[in-house]
Formats: sequence, C-alpha cells, structure tokens
Amino acid sequence: MPQITYREAVRHALAEELTRDPNVVVMGEEVGQFQGAYKVTQGLLEKFGPLRVADTPISEAGFIGMGIGASMLGVRPVMELMFWSFYSVAFDQILNNAANVRYMSGGQINCPIVIRGPANGGTNVGATHSHTPENILAAHPGVKVVVPSTAYDAKGLLKSAIRDNDPVFFLENTLLYGEKGEVPEEEYLIPLGQADVKREGKDLTIVTYGRPVIQSLAVAELLAKEHDISVEIVDLRTIRPLDIDTVLASVRKTHRVLIVEEQKPFCGVGAQLTYMIQAEAFDELDAPISRLCTIDAPAIYSPPVEAEQLPNPQRILKAALALLD
Amino acid sequence: MSKKPSATIDQKPAAPVSYGQAPVNASLTAEHKIELYRQMVRIRRFEERSHRAYTGKNAAGGANIGGFLHLYNGQEAIAVGCCSLMGKHDHVITAYRDHGHAIAVGMNTKALMAELYGKITGCSKGKGGSMHFFSPERNYWGGHGIVGGQIPLGVGLAYGVKYKGYKGSAMAFMGDGAVNQGAVHEAYNLAALWNLPCVFVIENNGYSMGTSQARSSAGELAKRAEGYGIAWAACDGHDVYEVRATMDKYLTIAREECKPAVVEIETYRYRGHSVADPDNTYRTKAEIEDYRRTKDPIQVFQAILLAEGVLTEASAEKIDEAAVAEAEAAAEFADASPYPTAEDIQKDVYWESDNPDQRTSQGRLFFN
Ligand SMILES: Cc1ncc(C[n+]2csc(CCOP(=O)(O)OP(=O)(O)O)c2C)c(N)n1
Ligand SMILES: [Mg+2]
Repeated sequence: MPQITYREAVRHALAEELTRDPNVVVMGEEVGQFQGAYKVTQGLLEKFGPLRVADTPISEAGFIGMGIGASMLGVRPVMELMFWSFYSVAFDQILNNAANVRYMSGGQINCPIVIRGPANGGTNVGATHSHTPENILAAHPGVKVVVPSTAYDAKGLLKSAIRDNDPVFFLENTLLYGEKGEVPEEEYLIPLGQADVKREGKDLTIVTYGRPVIQSLAVAELLAKEHDISVEIVDLRTIRPLDIDTVLASVRKTHRVLIVEEQKPFCGVGAQLTYMIQAEAFDELDAPISRLCTIDAPAIYSPPVEAEQLPNPQRILKAALALLD
Repeated sequence: MSKKPSATIDQKPAAPVSYGQAPVNASLTAEHKIELYRQMVRIRRFEERSHRAYTGKNAAGGANIGGFLHLYNGQEAIAVGCCSLMGKHDHVITAYRDHGHAIAVGMNTKALMAELYGKITGCSKGKGGSMHFFSPERNYWGGHGIVGGQIPLGVGLAYGVKYKGYKGSAMAFMGDGAVNQGAVHEAYNLAALWNLPCVFVIENNGYSMGTSQARSSAGELAKRAEGYGIAWAACDGHDVYEVRATMDKYLTIAREECKPAVVEIETYRYRGHSVADPDNTYRTKAEIEDYRRTKDPIQVFQAILLAEGVLTEASAEKIDEAAVAEAEAAAEFADASPYPTAEDIQKDVYWESDNPDQRTSQGRLFFN
C-alpha cells in the first residue's frame, strides 16, 4: 500500500469528492493561490478552477455563514478554517444556524456543510491559536464532530463527511500533517461514528482521539516491552456520533480505563465518556476511571513548557502506570 | 545577515520637506527628531535579531523562538510616528504584528526578546509569545492574535477614557485584511454612535498573508468610514513626518471633540507574513526591492535629517551600531534567562487564584 502523509490524505479526499460531485466547493483563507496556509489544498485551484476552489477574505462569520446558506440550497461547501481557533468569530453561524436550521424548520432544510482545519496545541502559537473545541462543538445536537489521527482515517472520514447531509466539523492537526501512513489507492469510506481499536490489549484501555492516539501507541509499545503490560487503544475518531459500544467492549475486556485528550478537562469529551462508562459498565471497573488532559490553563507560549502542559508520552506513561498500581 | 547597516543603502531618495513644516513636526527639537530616527532603527535591528533567533539553531539544536513571528520591517514609521504623539491618556492596541509598537511605546527590548524566547523574564512571563505583548503601564494593550479582535477593545479603551472624564484617545491599529472582519464594522458604528475618541489606523501593507488588497477587499478601505459618518484620511507611511502630521490632526479632534476617525496609512512589509511564510507565491522580489530602494522609512527619514543638518552620516552610523548592540544584548539576556516551570502554567489565570488571601468565591477553580 502506498504511504502518504495525513496532509495528502486530506487533499486526496478533497480532490476525489470535487471530482465526484459538482456540488462540492472548497473555500477559505489562502486555500487557492497561496496553496493553503498548511498546503493541504495545494494544487486544487489549478485542477478545479477558481469557481470551485475560492479564496475568501478574512471574514469567518461571513464566509462560514455563506457556506451554511449555500448548503441549504444543496451546494456542498467544504470550508477551511485556517485554524479551528478562529471558529469563535463564526460561532453564531456555526451553532445558531448550522446546528439548528434543520430542527427549527421541522426537518425541511438540510445543512450539508463541512468545516475543516487544524485544532491543536503544541506549536507555540499561544492561547489564541491553540484551541481544541471538539467538546464545545459536540455539545450541540444537530452537528457531527470528527477528529482523525491517521492519514487513512482522515481520508476515509473526510469523504464520508462531505457526503453527509448534516453539518460536519472536521478537526485536523498541524503536527500530524506530515505524518505518513498507509492509504490504499482504491476508494474507501469510513463511516462517521465508528471507533477504531488501534491496538489490542488486555490490561488497560486507553480511550483517546487525535494526536494523543499516536503518543499513546508509542507508550503502549514501551509498556509492553519494559513492563510486560498489554494496552488496548481505542481511537474514537468521531466525537459525535460517539461509538460508545466499542469503548464499553474494551472496558469489559481490560477493566481499567485511561482517557487521554488534548483539551482542557472541564466539561470535556472525557467527562462525558466517564459518565457513560460508569453508567453502563460500573461493575466491570477494577479501578476508578483515570483521565489525562491538557493542564487546565490557557495555552502557554513558552515552547518547553507548552510541551509539559499538553498530554505527552511521559505524562501518559505515568498515568498508565498509576492506574495499574 | 548583511553586515552593512541598512541605514546606508547607496541610492538616497529625494527628501520631501513639506510635512516637516507641519506644526507638530516643526516644533520638534533636534533631540526629538533623532529620537524618532533612533526608535525606527532600534525596531529594525530588533526584528532582524529576532529573525535570526527564529531561523538559527541554538546549542540544543532547536530554534530559540517558536511559533509565529510576524516582523515589522518596512512599517517602522507608522508605530514610531503614531506612538510619538501619545500623551498621558492616549492608548494603543494592535494585532499580532506588535513588536514595533511595543518598542515605540518604550517597552524594554530585553523583556521583549525574552518573551519571544519563552522565558520567565519576558514581558508576559513567556506566556504570550510574539503575538501577545502587553504593557498597560505604558498604555499599550497588546498584541492580539485574532484578526480584527482588538478593534472593539480599542473602542472600549476610548470609551473608558471618555467615561473617566479624561482628555485622551485610543489608537486601534489593524491590517488591510482586518477591515473585512465583522467586529471592525460593529466597532466603527459604536464609536460613531457614542462619539468615542478612537482613531482606527489601517496599516495597509498591501497584503493579508498571501492575498493582495485587490483580491480581498471591495472598494476603498478607509472610505468605508463614510457609511458611519466617520471622518477618514489616507496617507503615506514611509515618511514619519507625514504620519505624525496626519495622525496629529485626528488625535487632536478625538481628544478635543470626542470624535472617531479612520486613518489608512500606506506601507509595505519586507519579510514574509510570518517568518514561516516562504513568500514566493504572491509578489515579486523586485516589488520588495523597489519599495526598499525608494521608500524605506529609515532611509527616507535619514535623508531628511541629513538635509536638515540634524544628523550626520557618522551619528547615523553610531545610532545603528548602538541598535545592533542593544538587540544583541537583548538576545543574550533572553538566552541566559530561565524558562517558566510547569508550576507557572496555572498562575495568572484568575485574579483570585493569584490572590488566595483575598478570595471571595468558593469552590474549585482548576480541574487537573
Ligand atoms: C479571525 C482570524 N482569521 C484568520 C487569522 C489568520 N491570519 C493571521 S494574520 C492574517 C492576515 C492579516 O492581514 P492584515 O490584516 O493585512 O495584517 P498584516 O499581517 O498585513 O499586518 C491572517 C489571515 C487570524 N489570526 N484570525
Ligand atoms: Mg496587510
């Protein structure tokens, strides 16, 4: 199987869907002539032309709202946010309009928009540029939220997202864009709402998504080698819809759970998971559920300290060992 | 990095004199004029040194500065010209291209460089980084990363000045791309509706990242003020005298009559959008060189001051050498300073958690 980067996987998904469906358009700041702030959309303008790959002004409320309106009429806009951190400028459009229009119209209007872009810390860009809003987005019924960790997942999930008839928010990661993974040449889709067991194990389940999946896999390797501990890793891939069944199946197998997420703890995805696990599998737990998040403060700039604020292999290792003590 | 000081590029532009006659400039002493010149050179040299720290390798093999670094080279006359007009109750707020304004309001370059290095001795203790410099004691309210987000804050500063009964103003700086943010327009309307002493300054360097003004903005930028009944003007930003003369007029109106204005200042940035921008898709090297050759703000002002007999080649050289040394000393200070620790992460989040003995709320504030 060919190895391609996460960035190329996203780009290929966009290109394939632009080719397949004339209703698909790609818009955002610097997506065309500049080839994308992170080069995700490189080459798309040349291939599909300025009507289908359009550079927008720095007007997130305006162009995201425009995309939502166009989607109501059957256009399938894939809007790039240069960073998800800028979603706050378009918050009203995203949550009052995209999330609610179907409901408020009694099901008469669909909103098949995709909003995608990176949402991560770890690049020393400070508090305004390091938001991870998956929990805030997923708190709103009517929307779907996807956070892929590998090239394979990114491609298959983005293609499904573009074909989905509901608003899908797709959160990528600038630190994963260069990561390579196997991606088949032939077309495939990954359904939204299907978690993936990235590694089988029996002693401990790590439930995670996004970049911490990659870090957890490295820690699992180390735990196996140096501590003879077998870790199962469940990658949620989609936050809403949430594949709680795969999580519960793993809990029933290992009886210990560590949740790792690159977001602040309060009202986070892990809080919801913890509630659901204890509600449905309380008797299966041999230890309280443990949770590792970004340390609860705005993102610090200082490069070495930011690395400590975020989940990292050392912190994950420590949390895993503590849970098995 | 060329050893030759940028203050001695061979081809000297002709010295325009007219703005020097404006009262606000004619009244300047020789020392004041030299100080304006010195500040521009200090900004230039600071930016060049920080660029080197970003692209070079330190002892550990990494770069000393991470994240984004948006340099001000080419735009120096704007920050220096505008901030030189500040009185006790005049305030400044800008976007992420904030180093020039920080130096112009008098922030210490050691603390600025240390901030870029992410050190505890930085102006924000290493917490804010390049885009988030602040110095409230110098009426400098940042340093803001979200395009356009600082503009309503600028209106708020103007409101505060008026509410407290001071004769003062707020200068709210933004780029040519920022004018397309909705928040900017809401802010214009509020400033006009409530007669707030806010001067909105558009630093028009022709590009928002890789997008030229023509590709991002309909109509004329400053003219949008007309829709709100706000006075506006456009001027050149390469002559610090012109910047001062234009801004003085609107700052005076703001202070005296509590009226807002929009001033668009034409300028140019020499470096990429940030140091990470390869700067090879949207403009030509010739375009950059052309501006440098004919309109470099430091060159232009040097020529003016030489013609006025305020400056000599030798004194210009000395100023430049001192600026290079200052930037180097800042880098050494930053390098020698310690990083914050993991314990610092949760400091400065709440006033209450930093002042536990005066806390009045109850319950848990942090969740780790
Ligand atoms: C709301 C928001 N959208 C996008 C960005 C990314 N971004 C940062 S600077 C910039 C260009 C701004 O250009 P301009 O306003 O002309 O200022 P300049 O960089 O030229 O000083 C963009 C798109 C951001 N920081 N905030
Ligand atoms: Mg600009």
